[in-house]
Amino acid sequence: MKTLTLNGPVDDTAEAVHDRIEQPAARYWNPYVAGIGLGLVLLASFVIMGRGLGASGAFTSLVSVGVNAVAPEHATSNGFFSEYLGDGKHNPLKDWLVFEVLGVIVGGFFSGILAHRVKGTVEKGERISTGKRFLLAFLGGGIMGFGAKLARGCTSGQALTGGALLSLGSWAFMLSVFAGGYAVAYFFRRQWQ
Amino acid sequence: MNAPFFKFDYFGEETSLIVAFIIGIGFGFFLERAGFGSGRKLAAQFYLTDLTVFKVMFTAVITAMVGLFWLSVLGLVDLSLVYVSNTFLVPQIVGGLILGVGFVIGGYCPGTSCVAASTGKYDGMIYLLGIIAGIFAFGEAFPLLKDFYTSTAMGKVTLPQLFGISYGLVVFLVILMALGGFVGAEWVEKKFSVKSGGVRK
Repeated sequence: MKTLTLNGPVDDTAEAVHDRIEQPAARYWNPYVAGIGLGLVLLASFVIMGRGLGASGAFTSLVSVGVNAVAPEHATSNGFFSEYLGDGKHNPLKDWLVFEVLGVIVGGFFSGILAHRVKGTVEKGERISTGKRFLLAFLGGGIMGFGAKLARGCTSGQALTGGALLSLGSWAFMLSVFAGGYAVAYFFRRQWQ
Repeated sequence: MNAPFFKFDYFGEETSLIVAFIIGIGFGFFLERAGFGSGRKLAAQFYLTDLTVFKVMFTAVITAMVGLFWLSVLGLVDLSLVYVSNTFLVPQIVGGLILGVGFVIGGYCPGTSCVAASTGKYDGMIYLLGIIAGIFAFGEAFPLLKDFYTSTAMGKVTLPQLFGISYGLVVFLVILMALGGFVGAEWVEKKFSVKSGGVRK
């Protein structure tokens, strides 16, 4: 899109604006410093709410509401979706984890902007095409979603939260995540190297 | 101080959603600061060239664990009111293995993919669609999976209970283990980054 200004037409597409104001991306924080920050957020959640963090649960609420909108009888007869839909008196999207995840999106964006790291890109190694990377991203997300539901939580709800609370299931889960990742990493090295 | 505040009715459900949003902002902020909006950086954990995932995760775990431990020792937080999820040992191990595979293939986990998507990573956005599809598939298969899903139910089990030792001692041992892990991680990173010609940072 072109906008006419006193100085003539200016290309104000997102990329063009970005190129004009682009500054080099800042370095990431020291991992131990970022870890302490993350730990303090988790601690705050324990102290204020009496619960930890999460992520996959918010998506389960979303999926359940979606299934319910398309096929209400199917959703309520399914023991998994119906649990997330609740008694029908409350909106399942007015949920703690849904609002927390909205915050994660905003907080990540805010940090990215401050560090000049918000940019339309694809994260991949040099030896794989964008199309293949998208396919693997979708596949990986699908596997992750399925596994997270089987484990009753993901890296946030189980590993971080349950880990800090010394829950047996969470520690078994955490070690399994690393084991599963290392077991197959070799076969997917082309994607990342 | 009576904490957790929410459990002592310092505020209600509606306010708790605002709290959720603010806590989420903090969560997303530090994830992005650590570099977790980048799938390459996250995946590098599994190729040993960059162990940031391990370092950040365990630093966060021990920070929250130690903080909560001392607050409860000082009587400021009632630990019994902090929600610990029930253990279903075998499904959680199998779920964890599956999740690890998804992590390497997809490059993210659910929380980090939100940060990736909001900082413009197209693969992160597609990964989110994948999560939705995976959860939908799990829900549809739930009648078949239910028996396994609810197997090895152990209720609320913590490591101190399992080993029959005090909470404080477990906290101490976890700190020792994490510190040993950090030393090991620094050593592994150096070794493997030389091998692969430098770390992408």
